[in-house]
Amino acid sequence: MLEIKNLHVSLEEEDKQILKGVDLTVEAGKVHAIMGPNGSGKSTLSYVLSGRDGYEVTEGEALLNGEDLLEMEPEERAAAGVFLAFQYPVEIPGVGNMTFLRTAVNSQRKARGEEEMSAAEFLKVVREKAKTLKIDADMLKRPVNVGFSGGEKKRNEILQMAMLEPKMCILDETDSGLDVDAMKLVAEGVNALRSPDRGFLVITHYQRLLDHIKPDVVHIMANGRIVKTGGPELALEVEQNGYADILAEVA
Amino acid sequence: MANPAEKQDPLQARVDGLSRTGGAAWAGAAQDQAMQRLASMGMPKKRDEYWRYTDPTTLTQPAAPRAELFQTDEVMPFSDVDRLKIVFVDGVFDAEASDDLSLEGVEIERLADVLSTDIHWAKDLYGVLEERGQTPVPRPLAALNTAYASDGVVIRATAKAAKPISLIYLHKSETSDAVLHHLVKVEQGASVTVLENGPAAARFSKVMEVEVADGGAFHHVRTQGRDHKRRANTHMFTRIGEGSVYKSFTLTVNGILTRNEQVVEITGDNAIAHIAGAALGDGATGAFHHDDTVFVTHDAVDCESRQVFKKVLRNGAEGVFQGKILVKPDAQKTDGYQLSQALLLDEDSSFQAKPELEIYADDVQCSHGSTTGAIDEEALFYLRSRGVSHGEAIDLLVLAFLAEAIDEIEDETLRDDILTRLQGWLDRHRG
Repeated sequence: MLEIKNLHVSLEEEDKQILKGVDLTVEAGKVHAIMGPNGSGKSTLSYVLSGRDGYEVTEGEALLNGEDLLEMEPEERAAAGVFLAFQYPVEIPGVGNMTFLRTAVNSQRKARGEEEMSAAEFLKVVREKAKTLKIDADMLKRPVNVGFSGGEKKRNEILQMAMLEPKMCILDETDSGLDVDAMKLVAEGVNALRSPDRGFLVITHYQRLLDHIKPDVVHIMANGRIVKTGGPELALEVEQNGYADILAEVA
Repeated sequence: MANPAEKQDPLQARVDGLSRTGGAAWAGAAQDQAMQRLASMGMPKKRDEYWRYTDPTTLTQPAAPRAELFQTDEVMPFSDVDRLKIVFVDGVFDAEASDDLSLEGVEIERLADVLSTDIHWAKDLYGVLEERGQTPVPRPLAALNTAYASDGVVIRATAKAAKPISLIYLHKSETSDAVLHHLVKVEQGASVTVLENGPAAARFSKVMEVEVADGGAFHHVRTQGRDHKRRANTHMFTRIGEGSVYKSFTLTVNGILTRNEQVVEITGDNAIAHIAGAALGDGATGAFHHDDTVFVTHDAVDCESRQVFKKVLRNGAEGVFQGKILVKPDAQKTDGYQLSQALLLDEDSSFQAKPELEIYADDVQCSHGSTTGAIDEEALFYLRSRGVSHGEAIDLLVLAFLAEAIDEIEDETLRDDILTRLQGWLDRHRG
């Protein structure tokens, strides 16, 4: 599904290398987690994969089902199946959540040469999915993320993911700012989307999210590289001993 | 020493070739007085404080600069609205293209006829609000209009008008120089909606004087646009009474020069005046300069005024806003709001704003804000990361930016019509 090979990335504005050779393959149907201390490059990886400005790839590649992601515009990546759940979802005053969702769904369909969803069909689907995420009609009507609580924003991210049905879901610290109940709700939303033809890359600081979204593979990232890869037990190790032991071990 | 006659020269040059309309004694007197006002003020000049951001030269020079006609097969605004149509072609009334001027709840006449009628209520309105609007700031082009308007419509609403009155200004001659003057009198408890659209002429001067009596309502929705080289200076002089409502919205797209002045005087308690505008300019398809100049006077208790002006500018387009709220000493409980914002889609475009408050009452609530900004890059990336194309994402953000102004249009059909215009413009001007 997603193949990242020897990816080197610098900041455009300053001469600072963030990713220093990341190798990572996420297979369809699998959930990979990336853990690591602050500043290790986890969020940068998610932004580079989704096409945010300000980063320069100096070496390496990232392929989605064999297609070169890094050559694509952000909207093309989305149409190809990449979805990033933002750590800090953006507020867009004046744009209704519903309008936003429908524009997004139909833009992707158009880009893939599929038929656009009718207003009636869209409404039916969005209501159904919103209900399972406990997103009420009011939240759908309001401007995108404006005045939403932290939990509401994250649920709104998962709603977008559910509507867009991406192939490769990247979750950037989706647990940040969530209480336990909100985290459960979000995790249930994510788990409902798990399927044999969809891959997940879950970026997190803490093991607790992984109690709810069970990963198949756990990677530890530090200083711009994946330094250790293992099973779910690796996340528990981090939880118990912190990163220091692992980093010392691979140093 | 400067020759006092020198000041008259550009004025004389401008009015040479213009002729008076009508023949009633009161009309002649009103035109004479307007001419005297104009003579004492002189024509506006670039160095005048009130013309600091907009060069009046092409509005004051004797002949209208040539303006090519813009060919488009776009549907005309308000086409789906049930309305009474009154058509002017290059400022000349077109009876054949216009509907019969009869409408339940309203009396409609042509200004040219009214100015020839010896006894007419228009005597108390024609040039009267314009003259009141000359202080504290002189508006010579409005006086010029009163002296030399060739035609216009005179509307008196006595009840709820059965449908909107739609003034359509067609532009067919590349050198036309149109001067129209409209009067609207809304009697107690009556209401009327006036629509305006079209490029009108190569150069268009228009004054509308609106008097709204107690409990009356006047709604105004206008689109100005299409022809890139057209020029327009328009004035609306309004006086509103107790418990009355005045709402005016203007959409401007294209046009090398537009100066829209609004002078609103609130004289009755509990009245509401909302003035809003959205202007979109793309310098790539022709120079664009748009100036909103607004003056709202509160002279009564418990009144509300709102000014909401938004501009979207790209490729060297220029926007100007001069807005003032004056609250007189006895105008307690005034709620005044003024917002002027520009969204600059590139670094070549510019926006100049002069927001002013002058408050003499102590129990009032007045706020004003003026901002100039670019597209929010975070929001743009967020939209694109969801699959929305760059162009469509910009459109969404532009529409979001304009929403507060568009929302000032109360009637849903009219609001949708304006949104269709906007979308059309955005589709033609993808950045």
